[in-house]
Amino acid sequence: MNNKALKEKSILYRELTLEIITAANAGHTGGDLSCIDILNVLYNRIMNIAPDRLNDPDRDRYVQSKGHAAEALYAVLTERGFMPKEWALQVGKYLSPVTGHPTRNVPGVEQNTGALGHGLPVAVGMAVAGKLDGKSYRVFCLMGDGELAEGSIWEASMAAGNYKLDNLIAIVDRNGLQISGGTEEVMSLEPLQAKFEAFGFSVSEVDGNDLEALTTVLQSVPFERGKPSLILAKTIKGKGISYMENQANWHHKVPSVDQLHTAHEELQAEREALA
Amino acid sequence: MNHILENGLPNLDHMASVLTQRAADDPDLLIVTSDSRGSGRVTGFCQKFPRQVVEIGIAEQNSVSISAGLASCGKKVFTISPGSFLSSRAFEQVKNDVAYSQNPVALIAISSGVSYGGLGATHHSVHDIAALMAVPDLDLIIPADNFETAAALDSYLENPRPVYIRFGKKAMPLFYTDHAKIEIGKASVLKQGNDLLIIATGEGLLPAYEAAEELENSGIRCSLVSLHTLRPFDKETILTLAAQSKAVVTVEEHSVNGGLGSLVAGLLMQQRLFRPLKIVAFPNEELVTGTQQDLFEHYGISKSGIFQAANALLR
Repeated sequence: MNNKALKEKSILYRELTLEIITAANAGHTGGDLSCIDILNVLYNRIMNIAPDRLNDPDRDRYVQSKGHAAEALYAVLTERGFMPKEWALQVGKYLSPVTGHPTRNVPGVEQNTGALGHGLPVAVGMAVAGKLDGKSYRVFCLMGDGELAEGSIWEASMAAGNYKLDNLIAIVDRNGLQISGGTEEVMSLEPLQAKFEAFGFSVSEVDGNDLEALTTVLQSVPFERGKPSLILAKTIKGKGISYMENQANWHHKVPSVDQLHTAHEELQAEREALA
Repeated sequence: MNHILENGLPNLDHMASVLTQRAADDPDLLIVTSDSRGSGRVTGFCQKFPRQVVEIGIAEQNSVSISAGLASCGKKVFTISPGSFLSSRAFEQVKNDVAYSQNPVALIAISSGVSYGGLGATHHSVHDIAALMAVPDLDLIIPADNFETAAALDSYLENPRPVYIRFGKKAMPLFYTDHAKIEIGKASVLKQGNDLLIIATGEGLLPAYEAAEELENSGIRCSLVSLHTLRPFDKETILTLAAQSKAVVTVEEHSVNGGLGSLVAGLLMQQRLFRPLKIVAFPNEELVTGTQQDLFEHYGISKSGIFQAANALLR
């Protein structure tokens, strides 16, 4: 897929994400939009997965530790043919198969997440299984930055280093914001690169909203043999919608009718600019 | 006339020997430990099958989540940690990563109940039945002897699913002569008599058995059930036997709140099967210091305690 087509996908995913959030009248808008470009590259360029072989033992695994960005994941899974189209507008509805955090009810979801700090240790287990079985699949895990305050992330990091899991690729959606404000004000995380390196990761930093840069970095994993890889993806919370960008209060706000109209205009303008 | 029961091994030792046998033919069988090889009696297993052991260090939450990931990739995973930590520190991992996500992990709770005795409440798990019975899609088994232990382990290997298997440390006698009478998910009826129904689980079965013999010697005919499986909960057998009895006593190494007794009481009341009932268990308060045996005696989880409770009910 060429770069232009990939950029169009990001625009489409942002539109679909807003559609899902609007239909549900709930969602984690800011964190959805910050990680959409990462999901786009993973699902369209990197991961060896397909909806017609969900249980292929050799498939790559994706665990979304930041389960609250479910709408972004649902947008991608819908467009990629994993999730039935009609489900996208039923998130959280009475008797719906789809909840506001990902579950294995949704084809393509490997692990139920939502409570923070759980995805990375589960991904470590999948990666250990791959090593034990001599398989070549990779395990990708997307974390939020706010969730790095959870101790379980560091327990898992210690195990990832200990077991030399170079089939594990952890990605931090480093948008710098969490529900009550800046991550460094709530509970300072820096120096993040040094912390992950101290736990045994090989770390690369990238612009997490730059599709080509993401492609390059994700195509170069593992960064070092015998070490788990960690990508510090510097992103913008609310990316792509001007009035949402870098605003902590868009963490889980639902746009009004007028705001939605503006958002669609901005995305359409972005699409036209590509042409 | 009292029966002499044959001696068994501590159930954990028997677990280790069963797993060692099964692992030889099953490379997908894994043990996950949290610096718990010695206390889990699996040092020998680890020496024999080093590639089938994943050591996580003292990190019970991590051990449960990693086990979930291993199980999701087709491994049959026995995750060994003290019951106190597995069911409380790692509760959210058990609830979300194993049960809710339906990753078939066998959570092996070692030294549960008050097995650690004098080490105090940090090491006791008299809350785990209450906590875990409120988590859907998680089976719960408390083997009393070596036969029930093997049956519990094999039921997981034959049908991998999320399950919590709770072990103590005591060498228990054998309540069976072969495996034939044990079906995981079904109450085992060890004695039948129409005056009193005694339902016990785990290491509570020994004083229950002794009390039943004593009661029979005094002319009270007892049914004795080993309820090794709390979920699935065998309502049918309990209701049938309770209907034939004048009173019901439950015996468990757990808090009086939310354990076996609460489950039985809830079942009988909701079926309008009203019988005098005594829950023999620990009170919901800080327990006195002592060995498991001391605590059992102190709180009446004992032959004499159950004998007295039964007589009081039938008076």
